Amino acid sequence: MLEIKNLHARIAEDETEILRGIDLTVKPGEVHAIMGPNGSGKSTLSYILAGKEDYEITEGDILFNGESLLDMEADERAAAGLFLAFQYPIEIPGVATMTFLKTALNAQRKARGEGELSTPEFMKRVKDKAAELNITMDMLKRPLNVGFSGGEKKRSEILQMSLLEPKLCVLDETDSGLDIDALRIVADGVNRLRSPDRAMVVITHYQRLLDHIVPDVVHVLSRGRIVKTGGKELALELEKNGYADYVGEQAA
Amino acid sequence: MPAVQETIDRVRSIDVDQYKYGFVTEIESEKAPKGLNEDIVRFISAKKGEPEWMLEWRLDAYRRWRTMDEPTWARVSYPKIDFEDLYYYSAPKTAEGPKSLDEVDPELLATYEKLGIPLREQEILAGVAPQNRVAVDAVFDSVSVVTTFKEELKKAGVIFCSISEALREYPDLVRKYLGSVVPVSDNFYATLNSAVFSDGSFVYVPEGVRCPMELSTYFRINDQQTGQFERTLIIADKGAYVSYLEGCTAPQRDENQLHAAVVELIALDDAEIKYSTVQNWYPGDKEGKGGIYNFVTKRGDCRGRNSKISWTQVETGSAITWKYPSCILRGDNSRGEFYSIAVSNGYQQVDSGTKMIHLGKNTSSRIISKGISAGKSQNTYRGLVSAHRKASNARNFTQCDSLLIGQDCGAHTVPYIEAKNSTAVFEHEATTSKISDDQMFYCQQRGLSDEEAVALIVNGFVKDVIQQLPMEFAVEAQKLISISLEGSVG
Amino acid sequence: MNIETRALKTRAETDLASQYEALRASAGASVALRDKAFALFEAKGLPHRRVEEYKYSDLRAHLKSAAAPAAVASLEQSTASLAAAEAFAGVDRFRVVLDNGRLVAGLSDLEALAREGVGVTDVALLLEDEARARGVLSAPALACDDVSVALNTAFLQGGVAIAVGEGASVSKPVEIVHLASGEGARYSRVEVSLGTGAKFTLIESFAPTASSGEVNAVSNYMVGDEAELTTARLVAGGDTHVSSIFLTLGTSSRVKTLGFNVGTGFARTQSFVSFTGEHADADLLGITMLRGKGHGDQTLVVDHAVPHCNSRELFKAVVDGQAEAVFQGKIIVRPHAQKTDGRMMTQALLLSEEASMANKPELEIFADDVQCAHGATSGQIDEDLLFYLRARGIPETEARALLVLAFLAEAVEELGDEAIVAALEERVRGWLSVEA
Repeated sequence: MLEIKNLHARIAEDETEILRGIDLTVKPGEVHAIMGPNGSGKSTLSYILAGKEDYEITEGDILFNGESLLDMEADERAAAGLFLAFQYPIEIPGVATMTFLKTALNAQRKARGEGELSTPEFMKRVKDKAAELNITMDMLKRPLNVGFSGGEKKRSEILQMSLLEPKLCVLDETDSGLDIDALRIVADGVNRLRSPDRAMVVITHYQRLLDHIVPDVVHVLSRGRIVKTGGKELALELEKNGYADYVGEQAA
Repeated sequence: MPAVQETIDRVRSIDVDQYKYGFVTEIESEKAPKGLNEDIVRFISAKKGEPEWMLEWRLDAYRRWRTMDEPTWARVSYPKIDFEDLYYYSAPKTAEGPKSLDEVDPELLATYEKLGIPLREQEILAGVAPQNRVAVDAVFDSVSVVTTFKEELKKAGVIFCSISEALREYPDLVRKYLGSVVPVSDNFYATLNSAVFSDGSFVYVPEGVRCPMELSTYFRINDQQTGQFERTLIIADKGAYVSYLEGCTAPQRDENQLHAAVVELIALDDAEIKYSTVQNWYPGDKEGKGGIYNFVTKRGDCRGRNSKISWTQVETGSAITWKYPSCILRGDNSRGEFYSIAVSNGYQQVDSGTKMIHLGKNTSSRIISKGISAGKSQNTYRGLVSAHRKASNARNFTQCDSLLIGQDCGAHTVPYIEAKNSTAVFEHEATTSKISDDQMFYCQQRGLSDEEAVALIVNGFVKDVIQQLPMEFAVEAQKLISISLEGSVG
Repeated sequence: MNIETRALKTRAETDLASQYEALRASAGASVALRDKAFALFEAKGLPHRRVEEYKYSDLRAHLKSAAAPAAVASLEQSTASLAAAEAFAGVDRFRVVLDNGRLVAGLSDLEALAREGVGVTDVALLLEDEARARGVLSAPALACDDVSVALNTAFLQGGVAIAVGEGASVSKPVEIVHLASGEGARYSRVEVSLGTGAKFTLIESFAPTASSGEVNAVSNYMVGDEAELTTARLVAGGDTHVSSIFLTLGTSSRVKTLGFNVGTGFARTQSFVSFTGEHADADLLGITMLRGKGHGDQTLVVDHAVPHCNSRELFKAVVDGQAEAVFQGKIIVRPHAQKTDGRMMTQALLLSEEASMANKPELEIFADDVQCAHGATSGQIDEDLLFYLRARGIPETEARALLVLAFLAEAVEELGDEAIVAALEERVRGWLSVEA
């Protein structure tokens, strides 16, 4: 589903190189975790997948279902089925969460040549999914992410994800800022979306999220490169020994 | 713009200079010769069959106007207007005023059809629930062509007709109130209007009556080099209520067209007037060529105790907008409101705002202004809040927000806040911001295109004002704002 | 049609014209520069309410007649006047004394300042040489078409130029004491320049004066790259006072200014702030306390001409009696001055029924990636707070004074220099203890 080939990327403004040759293949149904120390390029990778303009690809390619993402705009990638759950969801004053959900869903449906959903049909979908995530109607009426607590913001991200039904979900530090109860709600939401034809890339600094969202493959990212790949036990090892080994390995 | 679903459906993807109302109606019109002199004023008055006092009133205005200079304090620049190179009267050619819709030129009806303005009452009745009906007065160039639902309004005692007709049918009412809020020599454009106004709407809601439906006027400039000078006078007698909607369009022309209207509102004891405008005059093309010069004087007088006047405006059109709908809070406990959205794109220049003049005791006012500048436009909020010596316990809250889209536009805020009474409490806040790259990226990541994202964020920005509009009008206004901003990013 | 062919019409205007004729004869090297400035006055006359910048401070209507420029004060006069000017007595500082616009070397701490590496030059001496006069009278920072500034240039009597060298850090604040002895108008100029990385604290005080005559003062503060300037400027009394302050900020400089205006006469302080280097930061503070028929105007133009600069403006007014306070503040953000952060707040407390306040906070924004905001409030003392204090046993007068002090404290304390803040707070308490 996702194939990253020798990806090199830098910050467009000051040409700082962040990614230095990433190779990664994710098949449908798989959950891959990407772990790494701060500044290793984890968030950059998620932004580059989603198409943020602040970065420049200097080498390599990203294929999504066999097609290169590089020439696609962010909204085209979204319509093609790529979803990024933001580490820091953005506030949009004055736009009710509900309005935003409907606009996004219908924009994607339109881009895919599907008809717009009727309001009752849309409401039914939202209500069902919101209930699973403990999101009240009241919260949906509030402006998007404005004044939301950390947990509310993350639940709102997962609600969007389940509503938009993407093929590939990229979760960027979804556990940051969550207490254990909120983490469980969010993880349950993510797990419900696991399916044989959907893939996930879970980016995290800590192992604890992976207790709840159990990955098939774990990668360690350090200084813009994947330095180790293993099974879920790799995450436990990292938890025990920290990243020092890998940072050191790089430096050597 | 009387909002009907068909109009909304017609809104299609267009570029800045593909203004949707840019068609011209081929219709024969009768014009007075170009230029302005006393004979033209007499001609207009005679055409309307006006009483002698009205002619004198106009001539007085004309003579005063000749001694006045165009104001230059607003932040707008344009080539000098040659007032001698304009037509001051243009009317669709018909022998007599139409008695019924069947006598109205079918071309005209077709024009309003294209604009989405339903003039045939039976058609409106067929599709719309009674409580959503809107009575329409349609003004084409200088002349009111038809007013709908007159009979039904009459049953409620509400007078809704063209001002020409009011001058003939209700001369005493007109004489009592005309010029009582905006005096003849108030300002250059108002004085010009007083001399040459050719038509407009007149509303009188008698004591204790709540007007049973929304009233609406639809203005269209069609003829070339024709100034449009309409005059609107609305009186809500004691305890009355009326909600009035105003919409405007004009065809695409290379030359600039002049529009200088005057609107006077009078609210007596316990009365309330709600006045909503969606202004969509032709803004000019991408290079700033053409477009309407819109110099409008709108003022409401809260003359009675506990009266209330509320202005809501959505300004998306015109090359130049010079407009300050104001409230004189004369009656004790009276209240004035001003809700505004001003969108400018291309080379548009907007200088708009309000004046809240607190004269009575315990008066209050509220100003919410949202300015959005894009392209190479300049957008200025200019406002005055003043409490006079005797205006004890005056209250004002003002919120002025500007949103900039792109780096070639300007957003300016010029508030004057004058408290001459120590019990006055005034609060004013203004902010300027832009749509952040993060917000754009977030929306795009959820599948919205650039333009959809801008429209969504802007709609959030203007929400407080949109909520003040009657429901159907609000939908139309949102679409219009999106269209006005197309091509502003990327 | 009615284009004004503005001749000098009023008594004050014709007074000024004849006084200037008399002054010209002895102006010597500076006459051409003075002529140029006076021509602006001749063309425009005294500013009046139809001039937008003076909308609320109609100088033409206020000035019934114009006093002739004051004569040079004797040392005895100056010594006596100085003894009365003790607003900052509690602040350990160096003093530079001007009387009737001229430097009084004998009363100034010139030697001590020289030891600190601070250059002090008598402006009157500079005016004797044409090239040096040009540097003072035609300083590029002062280029504007303001008539008050033009009159200052035309009638300039003297003043002081202070230069703080590169990297210098002066051990104590310097107070420029503006005295007024005898009758007549005073036209003075203060120039302060800070070299790269210099640190300097400046006080300018205009002592209350029993004598009549206008004060027209111009200060030009030039703050070099990475330099830090803190200034407090006290204007107390006088029946007509107009100050024009020009402040230019270099790259990464930091400035805090406080304009403190207390009085019963007509006072206008106009500040023109411009950012000429990136990453500079300015806190501009103002206090106005008026009573009687006082008229106090603080007008401010902050020009963000370059990117990445911050300005915060906080102006407070307390108005009693029949006095009227004016605040006009304009933040301009020029095209390309991206990442500007400008925040302006003006607040007024009206203590009596006939007190009034006019606020005009303006934004003029030509760049999109900026954060700009302004706020304005005016109102009375919060009755709930007053009640709360009184319920705790505090008598009404004292409770009111406490609340006024609290209202002003934010703007005074922001200045940072503890001794100066204490002196000004004492001033506020003194003002409050006097029955209106």
